[in-house]
Amino acid sequence: MTESLSFIFLNAVLANNFVLALFLGLCPFLGVSGKLNTALPMGLATMFVMLVSSVSAYLINIVLVTFEIEFLRLIAYIAVIASAVQLVEMALKKLSPALFRSLGIFLPLITTNCAILGLALFQTFKEYNFTQSLVYAIGAGVGFILAIVLMAGLREKLELSTMPSITQGAAVSLMLGGLLSLSFMGFAGLGG
Amino acid sequence: MSKIGNDNITWGTFSEGLWRDNPVFVMLLGMCPVLAVTNSAINALAMGLATTFVLLASGALISLLRHSIPKQVRIATYIVIIATFVTIVDYAIQAISLDLYNALGAFIQLIVANCMILGRAEAYASRNRPLKSFTNALGMGAGFTIALLCLGVVREVLGAGSLFGIDLFGPRFEPWVVMILPAGGFIVLGAWLLLFEWLKQRKERLELEAAAET
Repeated sequence: MTESLSFIFLNAVLANNFVLALFLGLCPFLGVSGKLNTALPMGLATMFVMLVSSVSAYLINIVLVTFEIEFLRLIAYIAVIASAVQLVEMALKKLSPALFRSLGIFLPLITTNCAILGLALFQTFKEYNFTQSLVYAIGAGVGFILAIVLMAGLREKLELSTMPSITQGAAVSLMLGGLLSLSFMGFAGLGG
Repeated sequence: MSKIGNDNITWGTFSEGLWRDNPVFVMLLGMCPVLAVTNSAINALAMGLATTFVLLASGALISLLRHSIPKQVRIATYIVIIATFVTIVDYAIQAISLDLYNALGAFIQLIVANCMILGRAEAYASRNRPLKSFTNALGMGAGFTIALLCLGVVREVLGAGSLFGIDLFGPRFEPWVVMILPAGGFIVLGAWLLLFEWLKQRKERLELEAAAET
């Protein structure tokens, strides 16, 4: 693979943003983006899980390929991700109980955040080496944080404005997501 | 949701997934495949059926094993069961139609991470008898497939001027390319939600007026 590290990074953050261009990790994107002070920790937790699972997925893939049992890839990856999430959950519970409570059900749901499994699968498909995988994971994490923080900022502003009653709820968040996604298309030329 | 311990299978067991608790339009679960693969009606249908199969099979198995799974490791167990069935679907689609497999891409494997399936396993299959879970999963799957089709049809008709690959408007139609792009997915789903909210509020208003007249 000849892709340079900066290309991989920019590609994951902007041109192929995991949330706004690839539609990965939409549940937390819509669920936890109500307030800035929960959106940022959620983004950081997700990024941490991404890093851990990217490294583990890389190592596991080597084992799987050596023993020619690639059909177990999905099961192995998801087991690793579930353990990583468990780790984050325990750490957060110890370090900041208030934050732990405010994230609520969305913390264990990081397990079923498809951005993380997607990251592990994509880096395998693209046959990235170890450093490339690591940079890809950081890029994906930064992209996720960027998207969720932008969204939370917009929604906080929206709280203060008068809206027609039918737009209460998720509909207007989705429309906002559509507009954000449109504007991120402007970065399309950066990546491939 | 029906009461725990109530073993009767009613029409409601099946139909709650279709409309009242529709996984996409009401509960907003499993959004990733909903938006990502609905750029054409055929992709939407394939994804809906694949998800329904995983939902049915994992729902039935988890429900059968519900007394033998220890509580502490239940989520991990569910995920492994779901991942097994997703692997089966992945290889099956690859064998049936390579074109479809390429069009859906990684999103077949990402069915594992569909929170709707894990949510149903936790909230329903682990508490109800196998046959009842199966019926409920069938309804949920059908509701999910219908929702995907709702999006897929709108996006394909507007974005490509065709339906299931059949040209609808002739060569003079200028496609709305934005509908096929990621942004279109967000906007179409938002529009459906607006429509449903409007219908709901109108119904409530009419009921209120009817009550005021009598």
